[in-house]
Amino acid sequence: MENINNDSTQAPPSGAGGLSRRSFLKSSALTGGGLMLSFSWFSEAKAAEKLSELNLAETWSELTGYIKITPENVIKIFCPNPEFGQNVMTSLPMMVAEELDCDWKNVVVEMGTHDNVKFGAQFTGGSNSVRMYWKPLRAAGASARQMLIEAAAQTWAVPASEISTKAGVLSHKSGKSAKYGQMASKAATIAVPKDAKTKAVKDFTIISKSKKNAEGTKIVTGKPLFGLDYRVDGMLIAMIQHPPAFGMKLKSFNAAQALKMPGIKDVYSFKLYDEGFEQGGFDTRTFNELLVVVGNSTWEVMNARKKLSVQWEPAGDVKETMMGRGGKREVTIPGRLETTSKQFEMMAEFAKKPATQLRKDGDPEAAFKNAAQVIERTYNAPFLAHNTMEPMNFFAHVQADKALVAGPIQAPGWMEPTLSKILNLPADKIEIQMTRMGGGFGRRAYAQYVYEAARISQKVKAPVKLVYTREDDMTYGIYRPMYTATYRAALDANKNLIGFHVTGGGIPESPIHANRFPAGALDNYLADSWEIPSNITIGAFRAPRSNFNAAAEQSFLDEVAEAMGKDPIQLRLDLLKRAKANPVGKNNDYDADRYIGVLELLKEKSGWGKPENAGKKRGVAAYFCHASYAGHVVDMVIKNGEPYVEHVTSAVDCGVVINPDAARNMVEGAVVDGIGQSFYGALTHKDGAAEQNNFHNYRMIRHNEAPQKIDVHFVENEIDPTGLGEPPFPPVFGAVANALFKTTGKRYYNQPFSVEQPQS
Amino acid sequence: MAKYNLKINGKTRAVDVDPSTPILWVLRDHLNMPGTKFGCGMAMCGACTVHLDGNAVRSCSMPVSAVGKMAITTIEGLSENAAHPVQKAWLEHDVAQCGYCQGGQIMSAAALLKSNPNPTDEDIDAAMSGNICRCGTYLRIKEAIKTAAKN
Ligand code: FES
Ligand code: FES
Repeated sequence: MENINNDSTQAPPSGAGGLSRRSFLKSSALTGGGLMLSFSWFSEAKAAEKLSELNLAETWSELTGYIKITPENVIKIFCPNPEFGQNVMTSLPMMVAEELDCDWKNVVVEMGTHDNVKFGAQFTGGSNSVRMYWKPLRAAGASARQMLIEAAAQTWAVPASEISTKAGVLSHKSGKSAKYGQMASKAATIAVPKDAKTKAVKDFTIISKSKKNAEGTKIVTGKPLFGLDYRVDGMLIAMIQHPPAFGMKLKSFNAAQALKMPGIKDVYSFKLYDEGFEQGGFDTRTFNELLVVVGNSTWEVMNARKKLSVQWEPAGDVKETMMGRGGKREVTIPGRLETTSKQFEMMAEFAKKPATQLRKDGDPEAAFKNAAQVIERTYNAPFLAHNTMEPMNFFAHVQADKALVAGPIQAPGWMEPTLSKILNLPADKIEIQMTRMGGGFGRRAYAQYVYEAARISQKVKAPVKLVYTREDDMTYGIYRPMYTATYRAALDANKNLIGFHVTGGGIPESPIHANRFPAGALDNYLADSWEIPSNITIGAFRAPRSNFNAAAEQSFLDEVAEAMGKDPIQLRLDLLKRAKANPVGKNNDYDADRYIGVLELLKEKSGWGKPENAGKKRGVAAYFCHASYAGHVVDMVIKNGEPYVEHVTSAVDCGVVINPDAARNMVEGAVVDGIGQSFYGALTHKDGAAEQNNFHNYRMIRHNEAPQKIDVHFVENEIDPTGLGEPPFPPVFGAVANALFKTTGKRYYNQPFSVEQPQS
Repeated sequence: MAKYNLKINGKTRAVDVDPSTPILWVLRDHLNMPGTKFGCGMAMCGACTVHLDGNAVRSCSMPVSAVGKMAITTIEGLSENAAHPVQKAWLEHDVAQCGYCQGGQIMSAAALLKSNPNPTDEDIDAAMSGNICRCGTYLRIKEAIKTAAKN
């Protein structure tokens, strides 16, 4: 585990339990290796299924926790992290295969089971997968390669140092050669080397060469890959009826009609957590008491649910015990029934009150006092719903002494301790299977739907699949918070930027980062922050704070550049050069050089400032988050009377690019998503109830609104790779806002831009 | 409950379900054919697209009682082993991210190409805009449709 945790700059919050107690004990016993490097002769039921497809003998040699090889030279590589579209099932095995030095054509990929000892944290989120597994997976591949070499050395009675490998073949200068499969069973008996050498970047033959999606064929032929596709014989379907508004709770219900409907087994209310339950950071729940309808089939349950007669009542303030970041604490969740217009008023009021200071450099007060010109702008954004294409769902089969849960989940390791508590079963009696996810975007890091499914199965004593309809999914969410921020810039008489101030807050969390750019580039800098508690549940959303900040800060910088009479890219470069040469403060969380590199590449590839592009309505933005750097130039036109992003040029620095074509796909997707969210995304409330509940009133970007072309460029370097799920997304918002100004002559301060009344 | 003999992917399948049951749930729950996906249940996302006598329809919003003698084709029946030109083009352009929407996208695209073998960008937008891709793979989908049109 050491490798994995040391490599992560984002340790899971304490209490949420990145590693379960069980796995911690086991991994402690395994000191000496960053990885679980067990090996054994191995034959198992799952391998047998695969083998029948491949028509091979049922003999696999396990060379490390990640690799199995058959005598016929089929190489199975396990992916540790759940796949939600970010390509980990291809990219992570590529790292293993590279160091194993095998032929990618012989590789079959399989999703690993949940096992934090064998596979590490297994957390998909925070753009962490590639970054966290870069070292351990290459070490696993390199170790297995060395074991195969050693096996060949013993078989041929030659020194291991004289054996080379290439594309899955071992050879010796005497002319002897063998495929890995021929040596696999012997290799599995050899001690795992501690310090197997990994390749230099220049020697890569698999990494940085595009490989097709490992599950591509299954996807285009409609194979059952997703949680919603999971089924077992005798499985029942469950649907939850949650309160109609945040701040409401169940008062009473009458299920007589629903129970009479065909196929219905049970209708009852249940509590997700018992009194006094200590919620971990990812145990977020929206309502504690829920009604559930259980029956034979989805359609029958949907119809029966409509026949429920339910009375709801205001929940009032609720006290909860929270674990996680900041340790154990009691919090009061206000009972207020929230309405969006009032929320914005409340944020405006809060913004005037004294806030918590996050960072102060120099004397910003004096800078503003002495300024010849002060620019002040306020930016607002609503809640956003994740709207993963596959709605939340989970399978559970809880029995007296064990449980199996299976479905789409980003962080199985964080769910296990809570499942253990609420089911009253030891963690090692709970099996968690991760299916492919139909999107995640942060939503599936919060597993209340897993706990709901498990609770329901335990009560009805049967295998159950809990299904959310789109309406459930959208109105019963863990949203991107509502945010606001006010930026102020002080210019002196010569139009120099002499002071900078950001104050921001949100419902219920603040977006402001203390040490992000432009902190570090300015002598006089002030950042402060405030929060308004709420009963509306929020969480991760493709870098929630960053995607708001990148919109606000990057449009503000555009306006500051305009006031200073500077080119917007040049202003950013000047600030970054200052931060590089003579940084202000110590904790600046970005590398100015890499930021500059992305802007330079973007400038070059977009032909920024070139006469041939003079007529284009272009907006630019760049941002750093989750360890990678990204920027975009957006070219906008008016199409059918509406602003339309026709062409986007993107530049990204994420270190070594593992799977270039898939990486481009991620950036293209982030661009499309960013355009869609900034133009249309909004989840509003009236008296606590979500005002959007399906795609007829929550507008999503569609084919005709996507750009015609997105050119993606990566900075080429040999820096350890970082992720791509989040980083290209936030700067899209800012680039779109800045292009809108060029196109319409108006500045857009409030998201979503398509409904805002712009200010001139 | 009512009995139906449905023509699905060239075979006749018998089901006994409530006549109001959407084709989507007959396929997924009763016939164990989960390639057709549930996304919205109200004809707004296209994840559930199947062919009815060759035309793309949203199976979440069409009751089984309306099928009659029409032939249903699902993503599982589009080809053996991803041999359909649209599926091949999807693999060539490595379109999928999460993949959840792609069965529906492919079914819409296959129906489009059948009726319009050489669609313009505008034709593609018009035929495909009912299919949401939350991961944002629209550009690749368009490229894949053009590749499939060539073959
Ligand atoms: S599920 Fe049928 S269109 Fe969305
Ligand atoms: S690939 Fe994920 S929704 Fe389209």
